[in-house]
Amino acid sequence: MTAYIARRLFATLPVMAVVALFVFFLLRLAPGDPAAIIAGDDATSEAIAQIRTRLGLDRPMVEQFGLYLLHLFQGDMGVSIFSNLPVTRLIAQRLEPTLALTLSTLFVAVALAIPAGVLAAWKAHKLVDRLVMGFAVLGFAVPVFVLAYVLIYFFAVQWQMLPVQGYQPIGEGFWPFVESLILPSVALGVTYMALIARITRASMLEVLAQDYIRTANAKGLATDRVLLLHALKNAAVPIVTVIGIGIALLISGVVITETVFNIPGLGRLTVDAVLKRDYPVVQGLILVFAAVKVLVNLIIDISYAFLDPRIRY
Amino acid sequence: MIRLLASLLALLLPLTAMAQEKVLRAVMHADVRVIDPVWTTQTIANIHGALVYDTLFGNDADQKPQPQMVGKYEISPDRLTYTFTLRDGLKFHDGTPVTTKDVIASLKRWGAKDGVGQRLMGYVTSMEAVDDKTFKMVLREPYGMVLESLGKSGSSIAAIMREKDALTDPQQQVKESVGSGPYIFAKDQWVPGSKAVYLKNKDYQPRSEPPSSFAGGKIPGVDRIELVWISDPQTAMSALINGEIDFYENPTNDFLPLLEKAKGVKLLKTGKIDSTQGMIRLNHLQPPFDNIKARQAMYYLINQEDFLRTIVGDPKYYKVCPGLLTCGGPYENDGGTHWMKEYNPKKAGQLMKEAGYKGEPITVLAATDHATITPATQVLISAMREAGLNVDVQSMDWGSVVSRRAKKDPPAQGGWNIFVTTSGGVGSSNPVLHTWIGAACDKGLFGWPCDPKVEELRNAFGMAATEADRQRIAKELQTEAMDDVVFLPFGQWDTPLAYRADKISGIVPNTGLAVLWGITKK
Repeated sequence: MTAYIARRLFATLPVMAVVALFVFFLLRLAPGDPAAIIAGDDATSEAIAQIRTRLGLDRPMVEQFGLYLLHLFQGDMGVSIFSNLPVTRLIAQRLEPTLALTLSTLFVAVALAIPAGVLAAWKAHKLVDRLVMGFAVLGFAVPVFVLAYVLIYFFAVQWQMLPVQGYQPIGEGFWPFVESLILPSVALGVTYMALIARITRASMLEVLAQDYIRTANAKGLATDRVLLLHALKNAAVPIVTVIGIGIALLISGVVITETVFNIPGLGRLTVDAVLKRDYPVVQGLILVFAAVKVLVNLIIDISYAFLDPRIRY
Repeated sequence: MIRLLASLLALLLPLTAMAQEKVLRAVMHADVRVIDPVWTTQTIANIHGALVYDTLFGNDADQKPQPQMVGKYEISPDRLTYTFTLRDGLKFHDGTPVTTKDVIASLKRWGAKDGVGQRLMGYVTSMEAVDDKTFKMVLREPYGMVLESLGKSGSSIAAIMREKDALTDPQQQVKESVGSGPYIFAKDQWVPGSKAVYLKNKDYQPRSEPPSSFAGGKIPGVDRIELVWISDPQTAMSALINGEIDFYENPTNDFLPLLEKAKGVKLLKTGKIDSTQGMIRLNHLQPPFDNIKARQAMYYLINQEDFLRTIVGDPKYYKVCPGLLTCGGPYENDGGTHWMKEYNPKKAGQLMKEAGYKGEPITVLAATDHATITPATQVLISAMREAGLNVDVQSMDWGSVVSRRAKKDPPAQGGWNIFVTTSGGVGSSNPVLHTWIGAACDKGLFGWPCDPKVEELRNAFGMAATEADRQRIAKELQTEAMDDVVFLPFGQWDTPLAYRADKISGIVPNTGLAVLWGITKK
């Protein structure tokens, strides 16, 4: 197992290199010029050209890429073209809100969707099943931002139960922290819940049709034991896979959720950096997202071995 | 219930000291990403700059320059020598006194970068310190816009920095934002793209005069200002209604009816010239608009009401303004406005043909993500199509428009023919400060109109000794600029700011730049 993990971690290096290459060139091939954005509306072409020269954006692209790689190998992601602050600092500032939002969403989604999926499978084709699946279809169909605005309208503006926007770090109090995450987590988590609930139901239905479940039932085992210990454990591999795939969904969802709820996380940073053509920040963020995705995949693969003893690396 | 629990828990926290602190939470039109107001012309960098830095002069609500950091000044009878003496007690946020060394270095940097500053420095032969508090500025000609230039707001204010910061190459951003203004920038609490924090400068000595636009006493009325960046207008509006923010600089026009009805919220129309002017810019370098007849034909496609109803809707927030200088401003006039009298697409098409247009594609840069420019561009495109013009719509985000408009190449090679933009009403009220009215060919703004007479008249305006002369020249200038079609105006509108009237008071209106000094919080 250790050798496998080491091999997988080593294999991430070429992946990251390819990501760095693609991001660098795609950004520069896309329309837009950070120098023009910095210069502002009343700047002349001459002023823009001077800023471009100062930023080194007029150098050959290969030379720029070489410098970028050199700095990257030294652990330096560069500085923001706009704020002059190191990219690592900008990312570090935004990590906590995104982590908090992602984990709370994951928690809410898994805690609600798996029981709902199990229930739907157990009561297949009955009213409960239809309700759960109806919710799943709706949850999948409603865009995150629409749900977000609806939640804000009712829970924040009309009933004033929760804040409209913003993020309170956990260091500034536990309740304000939780309060600031409730609406965003629900908005972001609904799609995710729908996905997990559907997969849980499908996987459980398959397992519940197996002979050993029939045997367990025939032995007179309690329903909860059959469902949770015998069926759910064996249905877990596809569910865990979907949870892993869903992390990518969450990352893209975070971009929208953070914008609507004004959470200063990595998603907002990404959108702002892309719109401003802040190349070093976008490059740094994509590398971080790619690394997270690779890491999550690795964790999911490792978890298979624990969930299913037949799987060995 | 959750609010109640949260309140109870909050009581347990040792926050009593913090509770005394008056915090103004404001959402501006953009986020503070650049901390050097000279390096960029971005308005938000200047809002930051106006909080942190002070200026020698400030233009008041009537756009008359009033001393700010300057205590007294003298102008020689030949109007060639200006002697400025700084007020007593001016200190930078690091505790060092403001001296003429800092001032001269700052003006040199500003004068090398900003358009208005460059124009002023073109007349300056020397700036010399007499002592730590007095310096002389000597001109080669009696340029009449010295004080107005030093006191301008809007873009690239003449911010006075420490000498060591002011010696930074004008093409590079300063690393520290340490000024002598009413608020101190808390760089360690700055989260670009989210929040910029300013702390009250307790050592600041405001002038005794009442605040008037960019002039008068800059009294820091709260302990802390947080410029919170909420990019989503719907969320910003909800946050204001919910009392999570106190001040919203530019709510989207669609939301104004909702905000008018919201409890505790008030809208403030900030003044007669603190408005936005819509402009359509044609590329004078490329056909068909390298031909003056084709440019003039475009006037027949502008019905300002169409644009304004689409962008703003409610007539109480807009004004038809056929001139190039801000309507309601000191130099509003009717020179050249006869061009704007008739909307006639058929005639426009006919005139274009007479100008040699044979149906070649006309490339319009169409921003897709701008609250006012996007709909205005669509109105223009519709009128152009009605005139039978072959419109090549290039849809892109505003960031791409900003980049592409700087290209002088033919449209087929990445250039352009038309883009739509806006300008602040305060800057646009003065022919020298209004950079878009200029026609300085290659050295001018995108579109590169080239009309030496326009530039001569701008210079003459700057040299004018009397107000009557200025009025006369402004009219001549507007006539010439409209004949040459430096840009096509499509109206003027106000974006009222919204604020929690039950929480804050003392907003200083009519500045051309939202300033937050003077605001107090209950």
